[in-house]
Amino acid sequence: MSRMRFPLPLPLVLGAALTAIFAGLAVLSFFWTPYPVAAMDIAARLKPPSLSHWLGTDTYGHDVFSQLMVGARTSIAVALVAVGIGVAAGVPLGLWAAARRGSLLDETIMRGNDLIFAFPSLVIAILITAILGPGAVNAILAIGIFNIPVFARVTRGGALSLWTLDYIRAAQVAGKGAARISLEHVLPNIANLLIVQGTIQFSLGILAEAGLSYVGLGAQPPVPSWGRMLADSQTMISLAPLLAVFPGLAIVLTVLGLNLMGDGLRDLLDPRLRRK
Amino acid sequence: MTLLSVRDLSLAIHGMPILHDVSFDLIPGEVFGLVGESGSGKSMTSLALMQLLPPGARVAGRATMGGEDLLSLPERKMCRIRGNEIGMIFQEPMTALNPVQTIGDQVAETLVIHGAATRSEALSAARSRLDRVGLTADRFPLSRYPHELSGGQRQRVSIAMAIALRPKLLIADEPTTALDVTTQAGILDLLRGLVAEEDMALMLITHDLAVVAGVADQVAVMEAGKIVEAGPTEALFRARRHDYTRRLFAAAAHVPARRPQAREAPLLHVASARRDYALPRPSAFAPPGRLTAVKDVSFTLHKGESLGLVGESGCGKSTLTRAILGLDPLQGGEIRLNGAPVSPTMPRARRAGVQVVFQDPYGSFNPRQKVGRLVAEPFHLAPAPKAEQRDRVAEALSAVGLTPEAASRYIHEFSGGQRQRIAIARALIIRPELIVLDEAVSALDVRVRAQILDLLADLQGRYRLSYLFISHDLGVVRVITDRVMVMRAGEIVEEGETEAVFAAPRHSYTRELLAATPKIPAGWLDG
Amino acid sequence: MLRYLLSRLISLVLSLIVASLVIFAVLQVVPGDPASFMLGMNASPDTMAALREQLGLNGPAPLRYLHWLAGMLHGDFGLSYTYKTPVAQLIAQRAQVSLPLTIYAMALSTLIAIPAGMVAAARRGRASDLAVMGVTQLGIAVPNFWFAMLLVLIFAIRLHWVSSGGFPGWQAGIWPNLVALTLPAIALALPQASILARVMRSALIEALHQDYLRTARAKGLTQGQAIRRHAFRNALIPVLTILGLQFSFLLAGAIIIENVFYLPGLGRLIFQAITQRDLITVQSVVMLLVAAVIVVNFLTDLAYAAVDPRLRRPG
Repeated sequence: MSRMRFPLPLPLVLGAALTAIFAGLAVLSFFWTPYPVAAMDIAARLKPPSLSHWLGTDTYGHDVFSQLMVGARTSIAVALVAVGIGVAAGVPLGLWAAARRGSLLDETIMRGNDLIFAFPSLVIAILITAILGPGAVNAILAIGIFNIPVFARVTRGGALSLWTLDYIRAAQVAGKGAARISLEHVLPNIANLLIVQGTIQFSLGILAEAGLSYVGLGAQPPVPSWGRMLADSQTMISLAPLLAVFPGLAIVLTVLGLNLMGDGLRDLLDPRLRRK
Repeated sequence: MTLLSVRDLSLAIHGMPILHDVSFDLIPGEVFGLVGESGSGKSMTSLALMQLLPPGARVAGRATMGGEDLLSLPERKMCRIRGNEIGMIFQEPMTALNPVQTIGDQVAETLVIHGAATRSEALSAARSRLDRVGLTADRFPLSRYPHELSGGQRQRVSIAMAIALRPKLLIADEPTTALDVTTQAGILDLLRGLVAEEDMALMLITHDLAVVAGVADQVAVMEAGKIVEAGPTEALFRARRHDYTRRLFAAAAHVPARRPQAREAPLLHVASARRDYALPRPSAFAPPGRLTAVKDVSFTLHKGESLGLVGESGCGKSTLTRAILGLDPLQGGEIRLNGAPVSPTMPRARRAGVQVVFQDPYGSFNPRQKVGRLVAEPFHLAPAPKAEQRDRVAEALSAVGLTPEAASRYIHEFSGGQRQRIAIARALIIRPELIVLDEAVSALDVRVRAQILDLLADLQGRYRLSYLFISHDLGVVRVITDRVMVMRAGEIVEEGETEAVFAAPRHSYTRELLAATPKIPAGWLDG
Repeated sequence: MLRYLLSRLISLVLSLIVASLVIFAVLQVVPGDPASFMLGMNASPDTMAALREQLGLNGPAPLRYLHWLAGMLHGDFGLSYTYKTPVAQLIAQRAQVSLPLTIYAMALSTLIAIPAGMVAAARRGRASDLAVMGVTQLGIAVPNFWFAMLLVLIFAIRLHWVSSGGFPGWQAGIWPNLVALTLPAIALALPQASILARVMRSALIEALHQDYLRTARAKGLTQGQAIRRHAFRNALIPVLTILGLQFSFLLAGAIIIENVFYLPGLGRLIFQAITQRDLITVQSVVMLLVAAVIVVNFLTDLAYAAVDPRLRRPG
C-alpha cells in the first residue's frame, strides 16, 4: 500500500538522495571548499571537529571536510570513467557475441572474459603499477578492464534471451541485419539491465578505488582520495580515531546510496514487477 | 456415493473476485471434466481444493471429503491429505519435476513423506508405479534424471508420483496441453485406465472440448469464475442449453467461409531441401555432431493457394520455415520464390515477397515501440515515403479490424487476439504474395481463434494472398487449407488435397495422427 | 561425467597457459630495459649485466618465456632481486599467512551467509528477512579494510582483547595464529557474507517459485520440507558461482587487509616488491594469484557437476 502514497519506492529516493549529496559535494569542490585543499596549517594539526573545521584537521593540518569533498571527486571520477570503459567495450562485445551466439567469435569473447575474471582488479592494478607506476589513471584502467567482462556478460545474457523472441525473427524477416536489430530491438530492451548493472559497478568501483589508493596504487599526493586518507590515518588511529572514521563513512554512504538506488531502479524498471 | 462435494466455492485474490459460488460433486471411478477458456478460473478451483493458492487469496464455501472440509483444514492436516488422498498433476511437464533429483527419488518421496514406507520399500514401490505408467525398468531405471526424458515421459513420472499412494482423487490440470497429439492420446488412455482400475475419481481440467468429450463422464462448463452448465457429458454436449456452451461449440467447429482461388502458377518451389544443424560439441575438442532436421523435402505452393504443413514437435517444420523465410541457408536443394532463389543473402525486393505471423502474441512485438512503428517495420524491405507509410499502416490496421488510432499505442494495451491481428497487419503491410502462418492461431482461445481464422480467410480473398499454414492442430488445418502436407522426422510423408487426406489418409503416420486427435463424436453435434 | 571432467581440465590448463602468456607479455612492455628500471639510473654496467643474466633477459622472448614456464613447473620462480633469496621460498613463507587467512574468511562467510540467506528467504517480508536485508545492505557498502581498522580500533585499542596485528608464525602452534587471524578474517568475511547471503536469499526465492516446488507441495510436503528437500539444492547453483568468485575477491582482499594488521603475507611481499621494483617477485606472485583463481574456478565447475546432473551428460 506504500506504493499508493509514494510515487517512487523509498529505497530509490533514499539512495538517489545519498548519491546526489556526494555527487553534489564533488561538483561543488571544483568551485568551493571550506579551505584550500592543499592548505596546511601546522599549528592546527589533529584538531577535533569544530565550527571552523567541521570535521577537524589531519596530521598535516589539512581541513578534513575539504579533503573529503575533493576525495569524493576522485572516487566518483575514477569509478565513473571505469564504468564508461566497461560499457563502451563490454556492451558492444556482448551484443556481438549474442548476435553470433554459438559461433567461434562468441566462444572467443566469452573465454576472454573468463580470463579477465581470473585477474581481479587488484591484480590488474598491481601489474599496471609495476610497469607504469601508481596513479589515478592506472586505477581507472585496472577497474575499467575488470568492468568489461561484467558488462559483456550481462549484455550477452540479456540479449540471448531476446534473440529467441519472435519480434527479432520478425525483424529478420523484414530484412534487418544483426547490427541493426541489436541497436533497434535488443539494446532498448536490455537498457534496464545495463542501468542497474551500471550502478552496481559504479559502487564496486568506488570500493575498488578506495582499496587501491589505500595500498598506494591509486591517486598520488597531493590529490586527496578517501582510501589514502584512511591509510594516512592508520598510524594515528589511537590518537585521532575520528580521522579513520570520516573517510570510511563517506565511502559507506556513497556506496550504500548507489546500491539502494540500483535496487530501487531494478524494481522500478522490472516489467514483471510493474503494473499493467 | 460422492467422494468430494464442493458447495458455493468463492475465491478472491487481493480483493479481486476469481470464483463465484462454484458447486460440483466428484464420484469414485468417474472422470469429471472442467472446461473453460483461459482465465475462467478452472485452475484456481483445483488449487483452492489443495489449499495451494497464491498469497492474498480468500476462500469461502465448503469442499467436503470424508467428513472434513478441505477449505478450512489447518495446513498440518492438509499436508497429510495432499499426495495421500488427493494427487495432482500440472500442465508443464518440463518444469514440474525437480531437475537435480532422480525420478526414482521423486516418486518414492511421496511414500516416504507420508510415512508409508521406508526408503527402500518406497523405491521398490516407485519402481512398480513407474512400470504402471509405462516407464519400464529396462529403459527407465530409477536413477534417471528428468532432463533425460521427453515431455510425455516426464508427465508419466508426474502421474506415477501423484498416484504413488493410490489417492482417492486425482486432479489433472491441463495434463496434455503441452504435449503432442499422439503423446496426448497415450496419457489420456493411461489416466482413464487408472480411474477404472483404482476406483479413483479424476478431475480433469482442460480447455479442449474434444478431450473432455472423449474422457469425461461428467462435465462442467466454466465462464468467468462461474459454472454455467453441468451434467453428464453426452447429454450436456448434445443439448448445449447454455448460450456460452453453444458459443464455445460453434467456435470449436467453426469453418471460415473460403473461396478456393488457387491458380496453376507456382509461387514457392522447394526442391530436395536439406537442412543440417551442428549439435553442441560434446566437449571442447570433440568434433560437433550433425543433425539433419530437414531431409529431401520437395513441394510446390501455387499462387492464391492455402497450403497446410502439419507435424508434431521436432518434426522439422520450424527449421523448414526458417529456410523458407530466408533466415537460414540450406545444405542441399533449393527454394525458389517466383523462380528466384531464396537465401539469407537474397535482395530486399525478393525478401519482400514473403512475410510471417508467429505463434506467440506476447513475444512477437518489441514492447518499447508503438504499434505504428511495429507494423511499419517491413517497409525496410520496400521503402516508401513517411506519409505513405502512415496511410498504409492505417489501412492495414483497418483491414485487420482495428482502428487506425491503434498505431499510436503500445502493444501491452492490446489483448492476445488483438495482437495477433496486429501481427497480421505487419505481415500484410508490404503486400507480400506469401504469408507464412507459423502456428499463428495455436495460442488463442477457441472463440478468438475462430475470429482470426475468419479474418485470414477474408484477407486471402481480398488481397489474393497465398498461405503456408504451419500447425500441429489438424482441426485448424482442415478448415483453412486447400492442400496439406504431413511431416515427420524431417520428411514429408504424405501430401494431397486437404479433404482427401483427412477422409482417406494413405500413410500410416497420418492415420495415427488422425486417430490420436480427440474428436467430439459426430452424432453429438446434430440438431 | 568423465568427458565433462576432461573438458574442464583442458580448459584449466589452457587458461593457465594464456594467463602466463599475458603476464609475461605485459612485463615485456616495461618501458626501457627492465634491468636499468630495477636498478635505477646510477647502476654500474657490471651489476646491470649480472642482473640481465639473472633475469634471463638475454635471448629471444619466446625462449625466455619457455624458460620461465619450465622453471615454474620445477618450483623455480627465480631469485628475488631485493631479498636475494629464491622467490619460491619467499612465496611459500608468505602463503602460510595469506592462504589460511583466505580460507578462514571463506569458511566464516559461508557459515554466516547460507543460514542467513535461508532464513531470510523462508521468512520473506517478515522481521528476520528485513533484518538480514538491512544488515547485508550495509555490509556490502563497507570496505573490508576500513571495517578492519574499526575492528582494530575497538577490539585492540579500546578493549585490549587482542593485539592490533602481527603474526606469531605457525611454529608457535595453531591457536595463537588462529587468534591473530580472527580479526582479519572477520573483516574480510562480513562484506562477502553480505553478498552471499543476498544471493542465497534470492536464489532460494527464485527456486520457491518454480513449478517443481508446487509439485512437491502437491505431494504433501510442508513448505519447510519443500525448501529443504527441493529448493535448497537448486538454489545452490547460483550460490556456487558467487562462492567461486568470492575466492578471488577474498584473496585480493587478504592482500589489502594484511596492511591493516601488519601480517607478513603475500600482500606485503608484493607491495614491497613493487616499491623496490623487484619485477621477478611481482611476476611470480601475480602468476601464483591468478593460478589460484583459475584452479578455484575449475573446482567450482566440478562442484556444479556434483549439484546439477544436467551437466553430467552420459558419455
